[in-house]
Amino acid sequence: MRGAFCQTLSELAGRDARILLLTGDLGYMALEPFAEKFPGRFFNVGVAEQNMVGLATGLAEAGLIPFVYSIVTFATLRPYEFIRNGPIQHRWPVRIVGIGGGLEYSHQGVSHQGLEDVGVMRLQPGLTVIAPADHQQTRAALQATWDLPGPIYYRLGKDDKTIVPGLDGRFSLGRAQVIREGGDLLIITMGSIAAEAAAAAEALSAQGVASTVMVVASVSPVPVEDLAALLMQFPVALTIEAHYTVGGLGSLVSEVIAERGLSCRVVRCGVKTMPTGLSGDLNYLYRAHGLSREALVETALREVGK
Amino acid sequence: MSPRRIRQIILEQSYRAHVGHIGSALCVADIIAALYGNVMNVPRPDDPERDRFVLSKGHAALALYAALHLKGWLSQEQLDTYCADHSLLGVHPEQALTGVDFSTGSLGHGLSFGAGAALAARLQGSARRAFVLVSDAECNEGSLWEAVMFAAHHRLSNLIAIIDMNGQQALGYTKDVLDLSPLPARWRAFGWDVHEIDGHHPDEIAGTIAGFDRATGPPHVLIARTVFGKGVSFMEGRIKWHYWPMSNEEYCQALREIGAKP
Repeated sequence: MRGAFCQTLSELAGRDARILLLTGDLGYMALEPFAEKFPGRFFNVGVAEQNMVGLATGLAEAGLIPFVYSIVTFATLRPYEFIRNGPIQHRWPVRIVGIGGGLEYSHQGVSHQGLEDVGVMRLQPGLTVIAPADHQQTRAALQATWDLPGPIYYRLGKDDKTIVPGLDGRFSLGRAQVIREGGDLLIITMGSIAAEAAAAAEALSAQGVASTVMVVASVSPVPVEDLAALLMQFPVALTIEAHYTVGGLGSLVSEVIAERGLSCRVVRCGVKTMPTGLSGDLNYLYRAHGLSREALVETALREVGK
Repeated sequence: MSPRRIRQIILEQSYRAHVGHIGSALCVADIIAALYGNVMNVPRPDDPERDRFVLSKGHAALALYAALHLKGWLSQEQLDTYCADHSLLGVHPEQALTGVDFSTGSLGHGLSFGAGAALAARLQGSARRAFVLVSDAECNEGSLWEAVMFAAHHRLSNLIAIIDMNGQQALGYTKDVLDLSPLPARWRAFGWDVHEIDGHHPDEIAGTIAGFDRATGPPHVLIARTVFGKGVSFMEGRIKWHYWPMSNEEYCQALREIGAKP
C-alpha cells in the first residue's frame, strides 16, 4: 500500500502545489518517487515525530496540505498530543500516514507493531480515520479524501501485491464495502488482514458455511447505516482485525449494535494480549494470536455451531 | 503600545475573574507590547501576509488578550468575558478567537508550530515571519529541542523565538527544578543566532529584532531576562503568583504600583 500511496500522492501533487510530504526518516524504497519529483516539497525532518506534526500544523495554517509519514506507532503514539492539540484542535488539513498497521512489522517486535492506533485515533472527534484493505483501495481512498478540509489518519499496510478478492479498489467515505455474500455468517474486517478474512470465508464456504464479508476502510466517519443494515440480518458477526480487540473494529461494531438496539452477537477476533516478544513472520504472529485463516475458520465454525 | 496598559488589563481581568497566572502574564507585558507595538507586521488579524505569533507559554494569554484589545480587535465587552461561561477568552488562547493564530496551552508545542509557519512562508515566497514566545521552563520539553534543531538545519531566518527567562516555574526556581544554564550557550551550540536582552525594555527588544538578517542565516532567539510578576512588588519573583488569584487589598496595591487607579 505504501507504493500505491506514494504513486498516487505524486500524481495528486503534480496537480496541486499545496501538497507536501514530511517523513520522520522512514520510507526507504517507498518515498523516492515523490522526493525525486518534488524535492522542494519533500522534507526528511529527522527522527522527530512530535516536531514533524507541529511543523505540519504550522504549514497547514498557511493553507498547505502536509502529509507526515512514519511507521504506525511512531506516526500516532509518539506525537499523539501534538496531533490532538495541532491539526485536530485547529481542524486543519494535516494528513498522518502510518505504515505497517497491525502485525506487519513482525520481526521488528512490539515497538513497531501498530495494535492500538485505530482505537486512539478514532476517539478523536473531527479526525477522519481510513484503514484500507489493499493497495487498490489505498489509491481510491487517497483520491477520494486528500483534500478534505479537516485532518486525516491513513493506516496503511506494506503490501503492494495482495488484492482482496471482490473489493475491486472500491472506497467511499462513510461507507463499507461488501466483498462476498452468504447467509450463515457475517464477517467484518479492516486493513490488510482483510485478505485473511476473505481466505477464511472461502474455506468456510467449502465446509458449507456461506459468509457475507464486509470491509470497513472508512473507520471515521463510521459507516453506521451499512453496518446496521447487515448486522440486523445476522445472529452472529465475527470482527477480524490486526489490532487489540479493545478500541478497534470490534468495539466499533459493538457500539453500532448497542446504539441501534440490535441483537447480533459479536465475536471479536484480534490481538487480545500484549505480544509475548517471541519473534516470527507475519503468518507466525497471525497464528500466535488466532488470526490465521485456519484459526479464523475454526472460530467461525464454533460460533455458528458447526 | 503601552506595557502599563497591558499590565492594568491583566490585573483588572484576573481580579474580576478571580484566576491566577498573573505573574506569568505581567512578566511578558513588555515583550508583548514590543511585538504588537512596532515589531510584527499585522495590519489586520486575518491578513494572510501578516506575521504569525505563537504564544507557546499559553498561560500568559491575558497579556495577549490585552494586546489584541489595544489593537482594537477585541472589544471591552469581549475582554470582560475573560473566563466567563461561553467566552472564547479562557486561561489559554484559542485560535477561534480573532487575533489568535494558534491555540496553545500544553508546553513544548509552539516552536514547532512557529517553525512550520516560517517554513510555509519560505515555500510560499512570502516575507512574513513567525514569532514564538517560549517560557524558560518550556526548555525542559524535549520536543522543543526537536524544533530547535529543525529550524537551525533549515536556516529559518524568518523565525524568531523569544525566551521569557524569568527563572521560575510552577513549583520552584528553574535552577532548582531542572537547571537550564547555560541557556544562551545551549541555543548557540544548536546553531541559533542568540541575543541576550533585558525583557522589560520594549525599545531594546524592537531594536534588536530590527537588526536581524531576515533573508539568510540561522533562526534568531532573544533570551529575555525578565522578572516574574514584573511591576507588582509582592509578586515579583514569588512562586505562589504562578497560580494565586488576588484579594481586594492586593488588587488595589497592585494597581497603585503600576500607576493605575483602582
